Amino acid sequence: MKETTNVWEVFIQSKNGLAHKHAGNVHADDKEMALQNARDLYTRRNEGSCIWVVKSTDIVSSESEDSESFFDPANDKLYRHPTFYNLPEGAKHI
Amino acid sequence: MIKFALIKLLLMDDKIFQEKIDKDRKIEPKDWMPEKYRSHLIRQISQHAHSEIIGMQPEGQWISRAPSLRSKMILLAKVQDEAGHGLYLYSACETLGISRDQLISQLHSGAAKYSSIFNYPTLSWADMGAIGWLVDGAAIVNQVSLQRTSYGPYSRGMIKICKEESFHQRQGYEIMAELAKGTKEQKDMAQDALNRFWWPSIMMFGPHDADSPRSGNAMKWKIKRQTNDELRQSFIDKTVGQAEVIGLKIPDPDLKWNEKRGHYDFGEIDWEEFWNVVNGNGPCNKERLDHHINAHQEGEWVREAARAYANKQIKN
Repeated sequence: MKETTNVWEVFIQSKNGLAHKHAGNVHADDKEMALQNARDLYTRRNEGSCIWVVKSTDIVSSESEDSESFFDPANDKLYRHPTFYNLPEGAKHI
Repeated sequence: MIKFALIKLLLMDDKIFQEKIDKDRKIEPKDWMPEKYRSHLIRQISQHAHSEIIGMQPEGQWISRAPSLRSKMILLAKVQDEAGHGLYLYSACETLGISRDQLISQLHSGAAKYSSIFNYPTLSWADMGAIGWLVDGAAIVNQVSLQRTSYGPYSRGMIKICKEESFHQRQGYEIMAELAKGTKEQKDMAQDALNRFWWPSIMMFGPHDADSPRSGNAMKWKIKRQTNDELRQSFIDKTVGQAEVIGLKIPDPDLKWNEKRGHYDFGEIDWEEFWNVVNGNGPCNKERLDHHINAHQEGEWVREAARAYANKQIKN
């Protein structure tokens, strides 16, 4: 039985100081090859200053079908947003 | 009773799915989708991916024969981009539950197709111009439209590809423009390339809408956002003026501006040639496929060695 190559998800930081963002995936047998393949595939036009690669099988995702109930706890907490509050007229810099 | 409930559940799924599509929501890999939606996407995306990969061959043949270092570096970068585009598309296709190995073996067995345009030979340097200008130009029209496709991973792949693609068309047009203002031989060479690639390029959009059996579902599910004929017309309308600017003549005596339609009218496409090439009888079908099969087989030891090395690292 032929083994299949690992799939790695690729995250790219486009500029120093910014967050890494998902770019896509690559096939590679080990982590070094994954990094090199990601560089060749996703940064041919200087798109990145840093790359993370993570084995796809190590990523845990919420299910989009359950997203409503999954995110439900946040629904009734409008007071977490600054616009919820009544401010006295004339108050500034707040 | 249970069977009845199951059917009802499936109909519900179908309804929710279509509602999402109608609201222009994207479908993501883990979402429920009709099996026919999935198989249509696998066929379309894999055909698209294989086209990018096979498409490296006709251009790759001219890398070592490019007329200057500048044009050689550019062509090399373009062919490398095509490989990248193929990989973006394989990735998108794999999210539908098919493996890279399966995709490659479908290409090798002939079960999956690639664009027929790559079954034509590249006879002169001007063909690099014609391919970039016309073939990539036609591909761009199609891909810009597909940026709005309903399947998330496909749509994101298209957005990435479109960003990179416009350099391809410009490099081709530049080659044609240079040749067209050169010596008589050079201009003839450019005109000859245009003559050979024009009709196959407008065939790239596929059969007329009336003869395109799968279009109905593809439009309803928003896999395709515009029909074959709409896309073809848009490509022709864009390209006629570009040919005029560089003084080349599109080889269609029936090509004429239609004031009433606001579009160019054009001549009848030779569909017999189209189906002939699709069904494997084009000038280079066998060569292209054989080359891919050989390259894949000859690379097997590299993949084996990489796997062995990775396994050894895990053990240590």
